[in-house]
Amino acid sequence: MKKSLTFEKAMKRLEEIGDSLESGDIALEESLKLYEEGIQLIGFCQQKLNEVEKKVQKLSRNAEGEFHTDSLDALPSKDEA
Amino acid sequence: MEKRIYTVSILTREIKALLETSFPRLWVEGEISNFKRHSSGHLYFTLKDENAQIRCAMWRFKADELRFRLEDGLKVLLEADVQVYERSGTYQLVVQQLQPAGVGELQLAFEQLKKRLQAEGLFDSDIKQELPLYPERIGIVTSPTGAAIRDIVSVIQRRYPPAEILLYPVKVQGEGAGTEIAAAIKEFNEYGNVDVLIVGRGGGSLEDLWAFNEEIVARAIFSSRIPIISAVGHEIDFSIADFVADRRAPTPSAAAEIVVPDRSELRGILAYYQERYQSHLLQKLNTFRDKIVAFQKSYAFRRPEDLLYQKVQRLDELWRLIQSNLEYTLDRKKQRLENIRLRLRALNPSEVLRRGYSICYKDGQILKDVKDVKTLDMVQVKLHKGQFISQVQMLGESE
Repeated sequence: MKKSLTFEKAMKRLEEIGDSLESGDIALEESLKLYEEGIQLIGFCQQKLNEVEKKVQKLSRNAEGEFHTDSLDALPSKDEA
Repeated sequence: MEKRIYTVSILTREIKALLETSFPRLWVEGEISNFKRHSSGHLYFTLKDENAQIRCAMWRFKADELRFRLEDGLKVLLEADVQVYERSGTYQLVVQQLQPAGVGELQLAFEQLKKRLQAEGLFDSDIKQELPLYPERIGIVTSPTGAAIRDIVSVIQRRYPPAEILLYPVKVQGEGAGTEIAAAIKEFNEYGNVDVLIVGRGGGSLEDLWAFNEEIVARAIFSSRIPIISAVGHEIDFSIADFVADRRAPTPSAAAEIVVPDRSELRGILAYYQERYQSHLLQKLNTFRDKIVAFQKSYAFRRPEDLLYQKVQRLDELWRLIQSNLEYTLDRKKQRLENIRLRLRALNPSEVLRRGYSICYKDGQILKDVKDVKTLDMVQVKLHKGQFISQVQMLGESE
């Protein structure tokens, strides 16, 4: 599976595959290929949905002015200001 | 008796002393006309009623404190000192404080800014950005200590745990809050790595929510390339930020409901796709089988008949297997979908080859029709293991 695949792209492709399969004027080999691709994408999406929640991150800049993120441990946390 | 002759300066000075001492700081009500803002930042206007008028000046350091804009026709109540300006022999009111008459100053400021930004097109519906359907990273601009962040995080994590949440902590009320909120929106845009932003805070008084009615926040939202959901206060509170945002959520929790889909609904959609694909593939296989049967009936080919029968029979078996699996699928849900998925996977070309089918190519194209070859053509035949080149000896009939 391509590295750049996102959930959004996968869902869009699943819709297209459904439409192509329904269109009926494609060869069996092509149907099988689409089916295979669809099943892989469904697997990808299911895996994505099964991901566990991640810690909330806080966005800020470091001394060099570069962005960095670090975990926000407690909600609400103490105001650092 | 000798006449007392004043110089203009002395007379003016006495008038000034008399006027300025007889009218210590006072309140006066009237309507603004001839309003002008000087480039120095000082404000000049005439305060009038039906029968009289008086010139007024408001120095910049006081004018900067105004939350609303002065304009002709506005009825105001102001606190001022009477001042005689000797050089031109005129008197005027020097305004210390000014508030709209009959309406709260925040209310007026809100209405004015709303009208102005609307006229400028900041609220136009055709420039609103679409929200992503499945955001992977969500940026939030709010206080790290408020109820809003807690509510947003808990709803997002319940509905769609895969989403990553990134907070840019800001002050949401008091001096400088608007500037911080606007800066945070710009920071997220520079950072770039979020799909959507939620900007807001929990409920409070109009004064508490004021930062979200500031022009600087409205402009930051307008300029954002990242779509923004506003979530300010309760359902009944409308802020300028709400009008500019790509989407208004009535509360912070509602913003979280809007921003992510529900995981269980998505699982349902995926299961639906799987069923849909399977039924179409079955239909396809069905048609294909019918074709082969027809082909077999009309085909006067020299290959042993039983070989062809064998193939048809296999296809039949395969078809029945899939069909029974599909029916099985429709009864129960998840486990079966998985089973079918695995079995249908066996239909991919290399699996088919493993069962003894072969594929015949000519010039890299899969041959499907006898019309595409001539006697003595060289064709490539691919088997489960290996391949060979074959020469066409005799042609059968096309279907």
